[in-house]
Amino acid sequence: MIEAVPVEVEKNYLTEKQGVLSWFLTTDHKRIAILYTVAVTALFFLGGFFALMMRLELLSPRNWLVSAETYNKLFTMHGIIMVWFFLIPSIPNTLGNFVMPMALGAKDLAFPKLNLLSWYVFMFAAAVTVYALFRGGVDTGWTFYTPFSTSYSTTYVVAAAVGIFISGFSSILTGLNFIATTHKMRAPGLTWYRLPIFVWSMYATSLILVLATPVLAITLLMVAVERIFQVGIFDPALGGDPVLFQHMFWFYSHPAVYIMVLPAMAVVSEIIPAFARKPLFGYKAVAWSSIAIATLGFLVWGHHMFTAGTSVYSAMVFSFLSYCIAVPSAIKVFNWAATIYKGSISWDTPMLYAIGFVGLFTIGGMTGLFLAALGFDVHVQDTYFVVAHFHYIMVGGTVMAFLGGVHYWWPKISGKMYPEGLARVCAIVVFLGFNLTFFPQFVLGYLGMPRRYAAYPEEFQFLHILSTAGATILGVGYVAPLLYLLWAWKYAKPATSNPWRATGLEWKTPSPPPAHNFESTPVVNTRPYDYEAMKEELDLV
Amino acid sequence: MSDPVALELREQFATPEQQRETASAGMWIFLMTEVLMFGALFSAYTVYRILHPQGFALGSSEMDILLGSINTAILLTTSLMMAFAESNAQEGNERWLAICLIAVMLLGAVFLYVKFSEYIEHYHEHKAPGFWFEDSSPYANNVQLFFVFYFIMTGLHAVHMIIGIGIMAFLLFRTWVGSFSAQYHTPIVIGGLYWHFVDIVWIFLYAIFYLPGLHR
Amino acid sequence: MIPSFRLFPDSASTVSGEVNGFFICMLILCSLMAIGIAALIIYSCLRYHRAHERAIGDQRRYNVPLEVTWTVVPFVLFVGMFVWGARMYFDIERPPDNAISMYVVGKQWMWKIQHPEGQREINTLHIPIGQPVKLTMTSEDVIHSFFVPAFRTKQDVLPGRYTTTWFEASKAGKYHLFCAEYCGTKHSGMIGWIYAMPRKDYQTWLTQGAAEGSMASMGEKYFHQFGCANCHHFNNQGRCPDLRNLYMRPVQISTGETIIADDNYLRESIYDPNAKIVYGFHANIMPNFTGVIQPEQVAEIIAYIKALGPQPGAQEPSNPGTAPSTYGAQKGLAGPGATSISGSEVQER
Repeated sequence: MIEAVPVEVEKNYLTEKQGVLSWFLTTDHKRIAILYTVAVTALFFLGGFFALMMRLELLSPRNWLVSAETYNKLFTMHGIIMVWFFLIPSIPNTLGNFVMPMALGAKDLAFPKLNLLSWYVFMFAAAVTVYALFRGGVDTGWTFYTPFSTSYSTTYVVAAAVGIFISGFSSILTGLNFIATTHKMRAPGLTWYRLPIFVWSMYATSLILVLATPVLAITLLMVAVERIFQVGIFDPALGGDPVLFQHMFWFYSHPAVYIMVLPAMAVVSEIIPAFARKPLFGYKAVAWSSIAIATLGFLVWGHHMFTAGTSVYSAMVFSFLSYCIAVPSAIKVFNWAATIYKGSISWDTPMLYAIGFVGLFTIGGMTGLFLAALGFDVHVQDTYFVVAHFHYIMVGGTVMAFLGGVHYWWPKISGKMYPEGLARVCAIVVFLGFNLTFFPQFVLGYLGMPRRYAAYPEEFQFLHILSTAGATILGVGYVAPLLYLLWAWKYAKPATSNPWRATGLEWKTPSPPPAHNFESTPVVNTRPYDYEAMKEELDLV
Repeated sequence: MSDPVALELREQFATPEQQRETASAGMWIFLMTEVLMFGALFSAYTVYRILHPQGFALGSSEMDILLGSINTAILLTTSLMMAFAESNAQEGNERWLAICLIAVMLLGAVFLYVKFSEYIEHYHEHKAPGFWFEDSSPYANNVQLFFVFYFIMTGLHAVHMIIGIGIMAFLLFRTWVGSFSAQYHTPIVIGGLYWHFVDIVWIFLYAIFYLPGLHR
Repeated sequence: MIPSFRLFPDSASTVSGEVNGFFICMLILCSLMAIGIAALIIYSCLRYHRAHERAIGDQRRYNVPLEVTWTVVPFVLFVGMFVWGARMYFDIERPPDNAISMYVVGKQWMWKIQHPEGQREINTLHIPIGQPVKLTMTSEDVIHSFFVPAFRTKQDVLPGRYTTTWFEASKAGKYHLFCAEYCGTKHSGMIGWIYAMPRKDYQTWLTQGAAEGSMASMGEKYFHQFGCANCHHFNNQGRCPDLRNLYMRPVQISTGETIIADDNYLRESIYDPNAKIVYGFHANIMPNFTGVIQPEQVAEIIAYIKALGPQPGAQEPSNPGTAPSTYGAQKGLAGPGATSISGSEVQER
């Protein structure tokens, strides 16, 4: 070659093909990841808008902004959108889709067409659900408790249930794809114990996706059948049992919590070693604790029903198992902390988010210990204590990790850096805003403020005002990254293939990667996060 | 480049072996999902049968055990045909492979015909749940609950049958255009896995819907 | 702007103290652990802040004794939490034998309460302090949840069955009653007040109420009005089971199972008589009273049946024909509504 080829001309997955159709018909996991990212981001802000309306309404003990009816629809729509159309697909389908095949040294997922199909199914499901919401909404709460949802609500329950039912297929296809990919698509030499923890956690998540989602699908199908034909599957007046619905619903929805948080743990388990330049401490314990969480997660659903009138003995079993599942979560926290200890710590944005995650997840997890105690749960069940607890896990945990992961892999995804200083400020704003929003809710809950109340006794107002103030800060913290990342996509300085000097296989290919990820299939002969062995390659001392 | 194995190798795979194993793993994982899907319904059915033993026994006595048994026999035969299809595919015997697939489809269609005629019969007897349901026994609500599960579960099974026949038609088409050989016939094996699973589900459905009525 | 802002809720029942104790212990333990972890992370971030761009950290990968420790120690602590939590739960779930029985019906969006003496209240509940109160609750429509933060009790109220909760107020006062399970548009309006009062004031309150008669006496009235007495009289020649001495007794039913004739069974037998037929009797004899007898009336009929038989916890069966079982008086609450029942006769004292 005589003429030097400029770097810009080199084809990558973004420039390989042009045109709208090349995106909508792509089977490239990286492009599908971007399609998913656009979709879940839009849905996140829709759900966030509902949350903001709720927080504003709760400024006053009386209904001053919206009616009780509207408020009920707001929290239902917030829940449905955030749970099924943001939290569950968020990390697996965006970062998971993008990173997982590369972390395995594969050219793509095992079933690329299924991957695209899952996106279309997801979009169709989202369209049906959003249609239901805008036609008049749903007021059952995201939990669809019977017999309210089947016999009493006059809103668009069937449409929403159908939307969620359809989205389930998207989840199942993704889970199936990830499991098959992890088993069969690993690069030569990439044994199970050489896999990054990201893959282990995604694998555990996928197991839950595949095994729990069908139960929800069937449960919602029964709700829809009952509503349409008025046959009383869960209606006691016709011989049904409303508590059976709760069992079936939580059999999915408790593991679903782990669908949301395991991928967050996956992301954090990558970020912390990368920014501490240190192998993840207790690798095997962290890896197996993901599997333990996925397994035990199927056996604790009854802890949502301690006050529902189930037997005290079954409640004891569920309480005990709930404490058991806290052990692998605790192990992970200790291991993350131990990884940071004596590392070479960078304070870059992804690390700030990861440390924020560890802190918030610890608080969320520890309040879970309160809730798992039977006698204490009786008092705080269905209060703001529970609301605060699961927001610490899902928003403090999953959303923080999502943002951290987006920043961490942003150079790989876009080929550009992001404005580091601004991003650090935003990470701190998100952390502070989050705590101001949700910490007062623990106090509210212990004081006895029930959840899903459009109006409330005056003595709770002060804490609600604090919470709303925090929510506005949090809102700013969420909008800002959207804006600067969009700016960065076009204008920021180009990224090198490995700006963090991280060890994962995804960093061994250019940023952005070529269409089939690697110029030649990588061969793995080191343990994960092995900075010692990769010193020269990464130019470290 | 007339080697069918090489032609069928997708770009994300390194070897045909890897592709075959991955495809087969995918179907097994999908069947795990299916087990949980039907499992949820079987659990709910069990709960209600324990709660309402009389109503469920009465409901089951409305079933036509003869038609149910014929359908069971038909489905077991289709599974046998499917197994023949797989062994013929292994031997590269395309002609017999096609015949077996046609047999599977035809018998599957007969099964569906019998099933839907049973549905129509139930509808005429006012046993289809909903506004049309009538029952004079004191356990009317529970009998209706029995029929709700009967229709949902056998209906879901019938949907799986219809999809299965669609898969068979697709496999037949690919056999006809000559995609399969002794070296490459993974889709037949995977389609067969699905078909056998649907078949097994029916055996359980037969047991829980048709057989309890025999006690009376 | 800040009306009575506080960090701790009222504690006004016999269990609230222990729940507070648990809360404070957990708070201290978890805060210590959280602060420890946070301190380690913050210290590490400051102390080991990357010295230069190419530096790597310590490469230690594991430490088995340390990892075993931080697996086993939390597990042991968790088991302790579990045991304490479960013990409290048993206290909260199991009403003492000397509890007064009140009935609660939840419906969109109000609480209807019946006192044994016959008083009825809506969205308020007057109770004596120092006296366990057991609530037997059902819903007319969707699921509700009876939640009194000051008492640290909560119990879902289900349609189609009874659930129970109990509490013993330890401090006089006015406390919130909330519905804690989302139940529709006016869920946040399904609230009320609990008035816990000294026993003397409670007696006074009872006398001021305009009760028609005790629950048991009203139950007897309905027992005749709905025609129950036509068959379930005491020499019914085996058409139907004898209701005397039935309450909380084992009953063998036609499937061969033996069940306890508790509130739920009696309720089900009125609304769905064929569901559990007593062994040796026939189905299809008793009509179905769904929609005919209101939930409050069922509670009264059950109170009547209860008065025909031994009280819960009584060991010896009383001779139903002769021995008067004084309902109400046994509770140490000789109010005007308290009645003495002998056989099928109900008399105002």
